[in-house]
Amino acid sequence: MVGEDKPFPTRAALAIGSLVTLVVLLAALPWLLSDYGLSFMVSVMSYLVLTVAWALFSGPTRLVSLATSAFFGVGMYTVAMLIKLMPLYATFAVALGVGALLAGVVGVLTLRIAGMFFVIFGFGLSEMIRQLMVWWEINKTHTMGRYVFVPFDATLIYEHLLGLAVIVFFVGWQLRRARLGLALMVIGEDETVARQVGVNVPFAKVAIFVVSAMFMTMTGALMAPRYGFINPNFAFNPLVSFQVVIMAFLGGLQRLWGPALGVIPLIILSELLQTEFPFWFSVLLGIVFMVIVYFLPRGVTGLIEDGWKALGRPLELQRGLTGPLVDAWGWMSRPIILPRGIAGAIEDVWVKIAPQTKGRR
Amino acid sequence: MDSLLGRISFIALAMAAASSALAADAPKSIRIGYAISLSGVNAQGAATTTLPGYDLWVKDVNDKGGIMVKEFGKRIPVEVVAKYDDTSNAETLLRLEEKLMTQDKVDFVLPPWSTGFNLAVAPIFAKYGYPQLAVTANANDEEQLVKQFPTLFFFLNQPMHFGAALISVLDTLKSAGKINDKVVLLSVGDQFGAEFAAGFGAGLKGSGYDIVLQKSYPLGAADLTNEIKEAKSSGADTFIAGSYPPDTFMLAGTAITQGYNPKVYYTAVGTAFAEFGGAFKGKADGVFGIGGWDPNLPGAQDYYKRQVALTGHAPDGWASPVTYASLQILVQAIEKAGTLDRKKVLDAIANDGPWDTISGPIDLKTHIREKQWGVGQWQNGQFVGVSPSDMAGAQPVMFPKPAW
Repeated sequence: MVGEDKPFPTRAALAIGSLVTLVVLLAALPWLLSDYGLSFMVSVMSYLVLTVAWALFSGPTRLVSLATSAFFGVGMYTVAMLIKLMPLYATFAVALGVGALLAGVVGVLTLRIAGMFFVIFGFGLSEMIRQLMVWWEINKTHTMGRYVFVPFDATLIYEHLLGLAVIVFFVGWQLRRARLGLALMVIGEDETVARQVGVNVPFAKVAIFVVSAMFMTMTGALMAPRYGFINPNFAFNPLVSFQVVIMAFLGGLQRLWGPALGVIPLIILSELLQTEFPFWFSVLLGIVFMVIVYFLPRGVTGLIEDGWKALGRPLELQRGLTGPLVDAWGWMSRPIILPRGIAGAIEDVWVKIAPQTKGRR
Repeated sequence: MDSLLGRISFIALAMAAASSALAADAPKSIRIGYAISLSGVNAQGAATTTLPGYDLWVKDVNDKGGIMVKEFGKRIPVEVVAKYDDTSNAETLLRLEEKLMTQDKVDFVLPPWSTGFNLAVAPIFAKYGYPQLAVTANANDEEQLVKQFPTLFFFLNQPMHFGAALISVLDTLKSAGKINDKVVLLSVGDQFGAEFAAGFGAGLKGSGYDIVLQKSYPLGAADLTNEIKEAKSSGADTFIAGSYPPDTFMLAGTAITQGYNPKVYYTAVGTAFAEFGGAFKGKADGVFGIGGWDPNLPGAQDYYKRQVALTGHAPDGWASPVTYASLQILVQAIEKAGTLDRKKVLDAIANDGPWDTISGPIDLKTHIREKQWGVGQWQNGQFVGVSPSDMAGAQPVMFPKPAW
């Protein structure tokens, strides 16, 4: 019996062993890196948690959420507001509660919103809270900006973020094997079908939204001592939401570890652009995003999967230099088609829309 | 004899070796680095107020052959070895400052732009012992902050002082019976405008003024005609706006087209910009604004000309010259300390003042520049300081504001 079962437990043990080794290695980093290296890793780890947490919800449901900065900001600003009243860990707990509560309310409110409207809602939420906090600070406290100067240094922040990353991966892994995960997949494919087969759609959506938001809130709370000086504009930075979406897309959403692959290259790229080509940061970053969207729709994970498949496929004969020449000749010898102008474009769109509307009826 | 001779020659040799070692030790340049907003929402402010001053300073210092550092016995040029873009993101800025200090190991780091960013990086400057000459920053709790961060220096007044300087101008006019006690108080619906209106409104009421119209308008408002019309029919002699650059320009343009000529006309940020004088030509005369400088100080006019020649942009009449002045202090402190040792330079900055600058003598014993302009006024095509009136070089107020 034991002998027959051997391959399976060995594989599992190997996987668990290597994961534990990886985590231990990551945990040891603060003592191996320079201060700058550590602050780089704090950045990587915070975006890792945010991106994987984002993918928990947006991956299966296919609802693009721009509310990341709202929850990140709520976590950060709650800590900033309470730090003079209670110990640091107590502020973390309160932040977590506030984030979960907000996510619950927002989740229920946005149940019936989908697609474009959900995207706008998330963005609006973050902006609304930011403006609300600006108004509050100006009219109630008459100051802008709060200090979180506590003995909670980069090493501690990093270790806490690492712990959070382990938890978010574990939750994501469990989710994929649980009924809730399956239910979410079905919702993502077709919500009507999901209802038909008996999935409790409202519960599933709100539950995963709250879980995802709690990780974002906690990341914001942990980053508060890192910022030190916090005002609503720092805490509720819409760029965070956009970067998380782009990192997740670059990594690919089809696997749990996919988003992680997007985080590291993008942070390294940003860092390079900010330091080596400071005047071209925005332009180059924009070009990189377009390249991702056009050429890597399935992210880095897609590349790896394709590469794996290609390795297993029999080799095709290379067409060499002649290939492009043959193609070019074919293109040149085709008769020139007269441009069809705007009318043509309208026709194309019409053709695409018309059968769909018929289909719905 | 023999041994004495031997000893002398040994000492001579040792001295020669030491002196050659000293010369060899002199770095080829003083390494300067900074991270500032080259993109994002803060980029315009950084490009207007701060960056031209950094560029001019590097050129001016190197034209003289560098900074005289006594411990190396020669002038050493400054070199900007690292210039990073914080993309107007606080977390990025923190990381880049750490890179400058621990990775690039620059000798001195020039500060970022804006109050928030300077406060955000203050703990890092303090941790690594870099002097932080934070020019574009002010806060009402400056005194407490400089105690917490011994590397931090402030150059601009606390927000509450600007209101006090303006009220003293109004008090003088009111007690002479030149203006009535009615005031119009507009403000931009942003943190600056709100803080301005709250603090300043309370100050006005405390001094017995009647705010007949108090209104805030949104940031980025496309039209302020109604506000100017209401102000015009309010019967107030004094018009005050806690405004930002875009609306500062729009308010003046609208007041001109509406023929609104209050006796006292004050707008806040942007009034001191050279572009303001350029846009409204002679019409700007008599307009009050936040800030001010004394163009008659030694070196001030020359600085103005050099800045225009290098960057094609005239400096503003508020924080631009102070930015340059703060760097003049850094040079003098290095020369006084005779070393690139940051701790000694830091001590010199704080204790060996007052320093001669194009903004007059500046003493940083308390880490806060105490005496400075609160209110300036356009007079004969220049934005000059008028209040506090006990400042050296304070110009008499031009009153009433000539019709547009």
